[in-house]
Amino acid sequence: MTATQERGSGEIGKARRRKEDERLITGRTRWTDNITLPGMLHLAMVRSPFAHAKILGIDTSAAQAAPNVVAVLTGADIADSQGVIINAWPISPDQVSPTHLPMPADRASFAGEIVAVVAARSAAAARDAAELVDVDWEELPAALDMKEAAAADADHGVLAHPDLGTNKSATWKFDSGEAGTGGNVDDEIAKARESGIVIEREYRQQRLIPAFMEPRSTVVDPTGEQITMWSATQIPHILRFALAATTGVPESKIRVVAPDVGGGFGGKLQTTPEEFITFAVARRLGKPAKYTETRSESLLACHHGRDQWQKLTLAAEKDGTVTGLKVELLTDLGSYNAILGGGTPVLGAFMFNAIYKFKAYQFNLQTVLTNKTWTDAYRGAGRPEATFAIERLMDELAAELGVDPLEIRKKNWINADEFPFTSVCGLEYDSGDYDAATERAKEMIGYDALRAEQKARRDRGDRVQLGIGVSTFTEMCGLAPSRVLGSLDYGAGGWEHASVRMLSTGTVELVTGTSAHGQGHETVFSQIVADRLGVPFEDVEVLHGDTQVAHKGLDTYGSRSLVVGGEAVVRAVDKVIEKAKPIAAHLLEASVDDVEFSGGRFSVRGTDQGKTIQEVALATFTAHSYPDDIEPYIDAEATYDPVNFNYPHGTHLCAVEVDTETGAVALRQYACCDDIGNIMNPLIVEGQVHGGVTQGIAQALWEEAVYDDNGTLVSGSFVDYLLPTSADTINYDVDHTTSPAIANSLGAKGVGEAGTIASTPAVVNAVVDAVRHLGVNDIQMPCTPERVWRAIHANDGDAPTPADAMPHFEEGALNQDEGAGQ
Amino acid sequence: MTKIELTVDGAAVSDDVEPRMLLVQYLREELGKTGTVIGCDTSNCGACTVHLDGTSVKSCNVLAVQANGRTVTTIEGLADAAEGELHPVQEAFRECHGLQCGFCTPGMIMQAVDLLAENPHPSEEEVRLGMEGNLCRCTGYQNIVRSVLHAAEGGARA
Repeated sequence: MTATQERGSGEIGKARRRKEDERLITGRTRWTDNITLPGMLHLAMVRSPFAHAKILGIDTSAAQAAPNVVAVLTGADIADSQGVIINAWPISPDQVSPTHLPMPADRASFAGEIVAVVAARSAAAARDAAELVDVDWEELPAALDMKEAAAADADHGVLAHPDLGTNKSATWKFDSGEAGTGGNVDDEIAKARESGIVIEREYRQQRLIPAFMEPRSTVVDPTGEQITMWSATQIPHILRFALAATTGVPESKIRVVAPDVGGGFGGKLQTTPEEFITFAVARRLGKPAKYTETRSESLLACHHGRDQWQKLTLAAEKDGTVTGLKVELLTDLGSYNAILGGGTPVLGAFMFNAIYKFKAYQFNLQTVLTNKTWTDAYRGAGRPEATFAIERLMDELAAELGVDPLEIRKKNWINADEFPFTSVCGLEYDSGDYDAATERAKEMIGYDALRAEQKARRDRGDRVQLGIGVSTFTEMCGLAPSRVLGSLDYGAGGWEHASVRMLSTGTVELVTGTSAHGQGHETVFSQIVADRLGVPFEDVEVLHGDTQVAHKGLDTYGSRSLVVGGEAVVRAVDKVIEKAKPIAAHLLEASVDDVEFSGGRFSVRGTDQGKTIQEVALATFTAHSYPDDIEPYIDAEATYDPVNFNYPHGTHLCAVEVDTETGAVALRQYACCDDIGNIMNPLIVEGQVHGGVTQGIAQALWEEAVYDDNGTLVSGSFVDYLLPTSADTINYDVDHTTSPAIANSLGAKGVGEAGTIASTPAVVNAVVDAVRHLGVNDIQMPCTPERVWRAIHANDGDAPTPADAMPHFEEGALNQDEGAGQ
Repeated sequence: MTKIELTVDGAAVSDDVEPRMLLVQYLREELGKTGTVIGCDTSNCGACTVHLDGTSVKSCNVLAVQANGRTVTTIEGLADAAEGELHPVQEAFRECHGLQCGFCTPGMIMQAVDLLAENPHPSEEEVRLGMEGNLCRCTGYQNIVRSVLHAAEGGARA
């Protein structure tokens, strides 16, 4: 396939250095916590130390009497004004869901839930006083284990919300036979049991924490006609909607601003109790109020991600041709259905079949409530889980057949000449070339040489073994066609909006409804406008993240900003050109039909006469001379609702070394060739891939949110939750093939989540590959040295430690240091 | 309250502070030096890194009173921003796309400046170990490491 887009001034595709960097590298920033307003009060939250407990009473008198405290409020105090935290995606009509009040008055259902708030003149005074709030708790049994919770009912086991009578929130099913998009999966599995191959596995997606670097912060100023909320959020527009929909304050009275936002990764795709409480307190006291969480609070109460058990059955013919795939998922929602809630695993429902030509497919989801922190979207949202499952299974199938894992994939994947391809889920994959990306990735990493080295090391029985992991992924991105979202019962659309303002002096303001928090929209959208409108890159100012400026938008998540928001930009620019054309013709005293636009200039065909778009903008501003039948106005806006998702893909290869004595895993090489269609800015794409790959590797090797038996988060600080550092990571080798998207005129596909989706199975496949000859076929994530060591030694038998190896402290015993005890 | 006098980004400042006030709180809340940010509460992330008498410190791990009589440089004082100047390390971060959301960036840059002062020509390995105390969630570190090496090469040429 060849690129069909027009190349204007050549801005698109250029490795432009980012516009947004100058402020960020000099510290001239507007993080929410930097905002200080006259008379502003500081808030501190009182949180439940218990996973599940009744509130018998709250004594606020000591806190109230503390110096510089203005108010101490409980859920009862703001019951009428606090609103409700919304779940925008009830995945089934009979979904069981507890009401999620920002600050409940009667019961806390996870450790970290807010039960009181202190407003004081300083953050320190607020925090000191929060310590003095005395809550009388009655601890209740807590539902913590997802599987046990799923099995519990009113009579047996523990319920996270006893009033609901169950922990089962909702089920969701897709069956290709029922949908008419494929065959019956049970038939295929039965056939395979008879005469083919059946791979059955259960995989665990551990609980993760998004851990954006900027802790969440909210400032609310209630002193204007519009109440203004600044918040570290990915979704200012959705936040405004949620505040208006549940607090009774009209939407027109609320302005939400997302100023500089320090990362999100889905973690700031939420409307939070903290935002709602700050809103309620500021309104009640009539004063600006600020709440900034500590890192520990962030890890405790910001929504977590993943957390699934995946029961998988893959059916194949004897030669390795895949036929059927059955998926049974259990997802831990935590104690509430978050904004997407059960919708997050549903986003993966159509991706387990991935790039392979299955005849039959079935997806079954059960969402479960527990007394843990709520879970929701985290980079990739549903698709990393799906990709992990299928890419692990394909390796298992290859192992079963004794062939190279790339060979089994190639046997089953969609060939380049089969696009557009309708998957067994009924999705139409737009474009791709899996073979080309794979060949390139193999070349980059030196695949054949690595396999030869692996064999040599196995033959020698080296202590440190080499493993090579493969992941040939695809994903659906660009959320989303509104009609598709409607058919899935999602509460909003998936369009995006842009407007172009032509200023009198020739510079341009571009307003977008997307809301960047590190992605580089300002730079890339400027490149698109510069190319299309023929104005200098520097003359474009991108405005976003403020509902007063960008009144329409659906924000940033799901790799949608470029492919949906960028397309809206293209269309708005095209409208500007169309509107400017008759004015240009009028100024040039020519017929509109004779005027053409190119490189920022309207010219009369066959003459050297012309007017630049900037000249037309000035003429429109003065309005001294323009055609009678039009208004003197060339600004334009566009709303774009995509007709389809787009499907980036790629091949990620990872080489690891595993020390079989200690279980330690060391990354040696990582190469990936991603096909994300046309690239707007290669520098920014490279950054997205690096960061995405690192987050995926971190799931494979390092990160896990761990709770103890009481439901206390024990990985609740950066001491315990293992974010990778520069010393843990390596350089990745990144390249691209190009199959342009067909659903947008830029030919672009999403890239924000691709690395995270692809890398996790590549790494785990590599670790398992390194020790498969020792009888290992799975290691639960994160693949810590202990887990790897235990997997290697799982089949050693239950041999007790020899008595003479201990105790160490008896004289003459083994393992004594020379001269010990002297 | 304790009286402190110190120099911050070239200016003499004097305040009465609570003895428990952290240097980072003093910089942000009293001086408005909001370029320096707080990313954690366990001194793991390094987002608040500044220079104290020319050496990098995590300013969440220093009390304001400990800075009495000393000289603090923050990201805002690293180069003369009013003159449009950038420090070579700042320039390198922009050139090499060493930042995305930019929240960790002030700390990263201050740490990188310190690292290069101690070791003007580090290997990649030395950069990776020298920057280990600063967390970034966006970049995967590859372009941060590249930025630091780029700045080191620029320094060598100058």
